[in-house]
Amino acid sequence: MIETKISLTPTPSAQPEPDLVGRGRRDGNRLFKEWYTELDAAAESGDPSAYVFVMGSTAEVLKAFDLNLVFPEINSLQMAVRKVSLDYLNKAEDYGYSTDVCGYVKADVGMHLDGRKHPNGRIPKPSIVVATNMCNTYVKWVEIWQRMYGCKVFVLDIPGQRGIGWSSEPGSEQFENDRRYVQSQLEELIEACVAVTGKPFKIERLQENLAHVNRMAADWSAVLKLNQNIPAPFNAMADGLAYMGVLSAYRATETGARYMAELRQEMEYKVQNGIGTITEERFRLHGVGPACYAYFRRFLELFQEWGAVYVNSEYLAYAGGGLDQGIQFNVERPLESLAEQLLVTGRRSMSNMFFSQDQLADAVRDWKSDGIVYHSVKSCRTVSTGMADSREYLTKTKDVPSLFVESDLVDPRLWSEAQFKNRIDAFFEALGARKAAALNPHELGGFAVSSRGPQQVAAKR
Amino acid sequence: MAVEVRSGFEAILEQCSGLAEDVTYPSVKRWRDSHPGGHAVGHFQVYFPEELIHAAGMLPVTLMGAGSRLEAKQADSHIGSFICSICRTSLELGFSGRVGFLDAFYTTPICDVARNLAGIWGRNFKGMTAEILYLPQNANGKGAVTYLRDEYARVLAELKRISGRPIEEADLRRSIGVYNENRRLLRDLYRIKRETPWLLATTEAYVLAKAGTVMPREEHNEILRSALAEIPNRTGRRQDRVRVVFEGGFCEQPPLDMLQLIEEACYIVDDDLLLGMRWIDQDVPETGDALFALAESYIERSTYSPVQHDDRKPKEEMLLRRVEGSGAAAVILAAAKMCEPGLDEQVAYQKTLEAKQIPFLLLDFEEKMTAFERMRMEVETFVESILFD
Ligand code: SF4
Ligand code: SF4
Repeated sequence: MIETKISLTPTPSAQPEPDLVGRGRRDGNRLFKEWYTELDAAAESGDPSAYVFVMGSTAEVLKAFDLNLVFPEINSLQMAVRKVSLDYLNKAEDYGYSTDVCGYVKADVGMHLDGRKHPNGRIPKPSIVVATNMCNTYVKWVEIWQRMYGCKVFVLDIPGQRGIGWSSEPGSEQFENDRRYVQSQLEELIEACVAVTGKPFKIERLQENLAHVNRMAADWSAVLKLNQNIPAPFNAMADGLAYMGVLSAYRATETGARYMAELRQEMEYKVQNGIGTITEERFRLHGVGPACYAYFRRFLELFQEWGAVYVNSEYLAYAGGGLDQGIQFNVERPLESLAEQLLVTGRRSMSNMFFSQDQLADAVRDWKSDGIVYHSVKSCRTVSTGMADSREYLTKTKDVPSLFVESDLVDPRLWSEAQFKNRIDAFFEALGARKAAALNPHELGGFAVSSRGPQQVAAKR
Repeated sequence: MAVEVRSGFEAILEQCSGLAEDVTYPSVKRWRDSHPGGHAVGHFQVYFPEELIHAAGMLPVTLMGAGSRLEAKQADSHIGSFICSICRTSLELGFSGRVGFLDAFYTTPICDVARNLAGIWGRNFKGMTAEILYLPQNANGKGAVTYLRDEYARVLAELKRISGRPIEEADLRRSIGVYNENRRLLRDLYRIKRETPWLLATTEAYVLAKAGTVMPREEHNEILRSALAEIPNRTGRRQDRVRVVFEGGFCEQPPLDMLQLIEEACYIVDDDLLLGMRWIDQDVPETGDALFALAESYIERSTYSPVQHDDRKPKEEMLLRRVEGSGAAAVILAAAKMCEPGLDEQVAYQKTLEAKQIPFLLLDFEEKMTAFERMRMEVETFVESILFD
């Protein structure tokens, strides 16, 4: 049944634990709750906290100062999943924010106006906030907290890919110019953390954190690749999101590294035993753009009803902090290596948004996806602006089937189920016909031959 | 063949307005005809160090949308639904072939829509360099200027490749000199508008300045000098009007009709229109390493905008300074529709003005809007409320 197997690490134990399947979700949920409990305690005690973003959190540095990490994007997403985002959006809009402003920002503003009471617990005040330039809205967002709390703002600038076909490899003059800039900023970030926490900087702590990330990234990258198997052991949109929550919140910790090793174990077990995430995997999808979290369950069901599994998603690459292809920090030269890897991974994440076409085509091929689902979200111009164009490019140059739908991450007012369903149904009908034609090329004369695309690998099953 | 400068203020104005608003770019075409083998380089809003292009003997052209003069027919299918108009029509300029004369297109990280333009441009207009000039977003970092100097050197190398000619330090210095003069002349224009707005309306200053975005700066300098020489002869009479600052035109440009209707009710004594041309607000040093001088000026000798975070320039304070410096009594707080940075900033400005009890009017606009009746009423009501308060 399974055509391609990804090379597996030795099975950790001959007898897998009985509850191995589903452990990643269970442990993820538990860790997530614990994390919010810690934040609630920090809100009470007033322990210093840092507000950071999923893309470029610099957890490696901040955790060396024992700062609590608050991820406002995750907070906003959670409000949507818990169906309360509209209340917060309304508060921010009443305050003056336009309906055209990113919903993540507005949901968060609403929560701050409401005394930082989040449905998952209280959120501590920021002592320092760190924004990378990976989304420009981050920079506008941190300015809001700066005005509210007078907290220290640090913008970490990571120069990205300059254009299509442009690259700069570590060691090149171009790369070194950019690295020196990033490294000098990291030094300044450390100074800022010393000032905010009153604690000295200990390089050993940074080294430990880097080592945790090395392990975590290697396992995360392996987990993602395991989904190249048929059937896919997890759904990149649903399970992937839960895994990614731990990836962000527990980055640079022993707990996070252990979690990811165990997750890998689970996925390997599932692959070895042919356990897919759904009973019958009919279609394999690659997601571009996040889901609609305000109607998350419905969003997922509409695809699952057709036996479709998201085997990969761009979101896991960029919102996963660029760990998708693994990271190997050189802990012997920690700051330099951190600067270097921030550039490499940051760039890759940004390229996934601004110059995505080639990586996307490769991913569709490697994960044997039947098609791409582009979900354009009003809130996020960062990921949505170039989607239609990148889609057209891939359709023309690689003949990749795709679906384009629009709604929002957190704003339930922008969700129209009837429209979504119509388009999804039409897409799968066409995709089904295409797969059938690929299996019986004579029925379509020469057409099937000329339309051979990556989806046919899966169709051979 | 250079643009011939007409005499008489009205004639100069008419000439500039023709050049600035024409989306067929006649001045660029003329330049290309008179410079066989010459190259033109386009850049998107807000700021680009045009001195680099100029020093390479190329023509810099600012792409800042096309207002209501161009429908985004083809661009609409290439770009998301919730995107500002300036990006749509700027892309349409490409898709419709109107800027086919360009050899390169640069955008900067002012926002993520603008960064995405490099990808869309590159995927669709082959054979043309399409890049992001990564202006630093950590203006407070000690390494920012050196980094930017290197980034300018990178762009300069690409421009050298395109132009096929060397670019010497002396070329860069000469270009800095030309642009310094341009910025001085624009400062003069703004001074007149601030001190004697009855002699120079904002719409007039705007078209005079905008003409510079589509022609060599030496010629623009000549036009500005002639216009400035004519202004004292104008006969406008001082009127008892409310003095306002117009804030919110840093990227997408409001339609001229909108500025005009505001000016019918009040004097716009300062603004952030065509900000890129005036981003550097002092002379760039004409000695020392030219690229360093430009990079340093971007950070150290510059104004403010919603698309640059600089702890030394809190934007609300900068706006208050602009209000105070221009003796304005009120602010028109505008924002382009769908513009994340502009809309975010609008709230911060609003709260500050409220706290300082400075009257303000919130206006959302689109470059392509053509119906202004409601806006006219809002502006008139606003002005009356100040006059009769
Ligand atoms: S614009 Fe997109 S990436 Fe940026 S904060 Fe909003 S949702 Fe996140
Ligand atoms: S108008 Fe705003 S959103 Fe549009 S390109 Fe300019 S800064 Fe970006």
